[in-house]
Amino acid sequence: MASATETITAPVTAASHRSELVAFAIMAAFFVVAPAFMYPIFLMKALCFALFACAFNLLIGYVGLLSFGHAMFFGWAAYFCAHMLKEWGLTPELSIILATVAAGGLGLVAGALAIRRQGIYFAMITLALAQMMFFFAVQAPFTHGEDGIQGVQRGKLLGLFDLSHEMTMYFFVLVVFLAAFLLIYRIIYSPFGEVLKAIRENETRAISLGYKTERYKLLAFILSAALAGLAGATKAVVFQLASLTDVHWTMSGEVVLMTLVGGLGTVFGPVVGAFIIIAMQSYLAEFGQWVTVIQGVIFVACVLLFRRGVIGEIAHFLKIRL
Amino acid sequence: MRKVIGAVAAAAVALGLGTAAHAQQTVKIGVLNDMSGLYADLAGRGSVAAAKLAVEDFAKIDPNLKVEIVSGDHQNKPDIGSSIATKWFDNEGVDMIVDVPTSSVALAVSQVAANKNKVFIGSGPASSDLTGSKCNANTVHWTYDTWMLANGTGKAVVKTGGDTWFFITADYAFGHALERDTSEVVKANGGKVLGAVRAPLNTSDFSSFLLQAQSSKAKVIGLANAGGDTINSIKQAAEFGIVKGGQSLAGLLIFSTDVVALGLPTAQGLVLTETWYWDLNDNNRAWTKRWQKEMGNKVPTMVQAGVYSGVLHYLKAVSALKQSKDGKAVVDKMKELPTDDTLFGKGSIRVDGRKIHPAYLFEVKKPSESKSAFDIYKLRATIPADEAFRPLKDGGCPLVKS
Repeated sequence: MASATETITAPVTAASHRSELVAFAIMAAFFVVAPAFMYPIFLMKALCFALFACAFNLLIGYVGLLSFGHAMFFGWAAYFCAHMLKEWGLTPELSIILATVAAGGLGLVAGALAIRRQGIYFAMITLALAQMMFFFAVQAPFTHGEDGIQGVQRGKLLGLFDLSHEMTMYFFVLVVFLAAFLLIYRIIYSPFGEVLKAIRENETRAISLGYKTERYKLLAFILSAALAGLAGATKAVVFQLASLTDVHWTMSGEVVLMTLVGGLGTVFGPVVGAFIIIAMQSYLAEFGQWVTVIQGVIFVACVLLFRRGVIGEIAHFLKIRL
Repeated sequence: MRKVIGAVAAAAVALGLGTAAHAQQTVKIGVLNDMSGLYADLAGRGSVAAAKLAVEDFAKIDPNLKVEIVSGDHQNKPDIGSSIATKWFDNEGVDMIVDVPTSSVALAVSQVAANKNKVFIGSGPASSDLTGSKCNANTVHWTYDTWMLANGTGKAVVKTGGDTWFFITADYAFGHALERDTSEVVKANGGKVLGAVRAPLNTSDFSSFLLQAQSSKAKVIGLANAGGDTINSIKQAAEFGIVKGGQSLAGLLIFSTDVVALGLPTAQGLVLTETWYWDLNDNNRAWTKRWQKEMGNKVPTMVQAGVYSGVLHYLKAVSALKQSKDGKAVVDKMKELPTDDTLFGKGSIRVDGRKIHPAYLFEVKKPSESKSAFDIYKLRATIPADEAFRPLKDGGCPLVKS
């Protein structure tokens, strides 16, 4: 195995946690002050995608499973959440929680089918399932096809905080993001996470040690799906809209790109990757569909020049874990 | 002491400059449409050019108003459209958004405009819901709508014997509205709707939809789609020999750019409704020459003409009010002032936000009748302004008090 993976799988000591804690403090501090000088809606969008990429990274970075259908959880949770808010009149926190649970349920079904295979077959099964769910989103009456679910009211959080106020919404999204981020961090360094990494490195060996790897993989898949759903549901509340863009297969591709650019298998990489990609999409929006071409070039450059991703390269250079 | 006086004097000068700067009022207009997809020809850069012409002409009326134009590409996706609109209103000081073809995006932008109390003038979108059940006090729907198209083209086709219909419908807000409005017209005039099939937006292969339409044995196949989709479906219908087989096509929304793209040999005989045609009168021809200076040898559409007319009227309202920040007040002023410009003539804006002007029923010329590349229509009938659009009471717009 290459030295890069050895550093990741090295035993966890207090010292190796320190760099991550410092990085986490810097990140949290940045997000608290960021709305003072950056457009809050851009930040909220980036945070939602950062969470989506972190959820995706949990699966590919720590279990080694490349899902090419994560848009299905992201987009469908957005639909569920928007529908519950708009048609059933539920409160935002309840809608988000229920949509997250629903995405986890979807993950259970998709995962149970997909984890029976590895590598390209796994990716293809997830893609096929996601395409089926995309078609369902196009045709189902409650998703409103190309129009999407529009004009969703953000409502009041716990009946107290009015989310239509931009800063209240921002700090709600930030709390959701940080909580989910810490949860993912906890999962990665739990005994469960160690088993996942063992499966990534050598599944046969993990089986011979007595682990029921199928169960571990399925649980990781469900967790990843539910967290992706949490990101999608939060995004639906922020934009007051759920549309086909979020379930389209290009969204599954984008999250792969975010994770790769930021750094596969690093804790902070997906966050940085998501910010880079979302910033590109926002600030280059006037080039229209050229954005995809630019993204493609960046993807190629990333794979050829800095294969560990932005954060992965920094961590490798400083010989710390991030 | 001298220092204090100096500081006070400096502050006074600064304040004076500040107010002087405010006297020169600035207005920022955002042209939001499809710059690269299937509606790029009928709106796209041509709409930006039209908006610039309106600003140029307005400078002759009120030179004190400084007008800035920005443009954006919504890629026909409601989420991209609404996030650009939100960013423009929040961050970039845009006061008004104009154009926005693709009804699903337009409905989203119209809601953003209402939430932020800004102005939205729809020239590109078609759905009559914008001034019906989903109307609001910040939106004006300028050029045309699905009710008008159904009432023009649909009625004309039924009256000439096309009494059984099958629809191929673009599967989003616009297609649904157009199918609904046309079905009502067909039924009201004694016709029958045999069926409908929904095709996704931006479809390249219409064969399965066309075969369903063919096997329905309907006399008329109504194309409730637009832009590139209409072009593709008409071309492929010709390949399947649908017209030769005795069925006829009714393009419910066809723009002059579509006819030019199809070519007269394919498009001849199509009946269509528009509210503006470049070759209708001297004013339109003169404006088209100015527009072509910017855009090259292309034919302008009613959408682009509507952008010109809408921007001009908006600026008149802003200049009368001397403010552009309170969107609802500007729209109220726009409704109060009669509209008058060289392209659409005299008209008005109704309380539900519907701009009222005449519509024209055209027939596409045979190649032998056409004298130049853009000489494509002959006028069959003029629908007077008071009959062209849906009666105010039928729309179900909450702004209309019964």
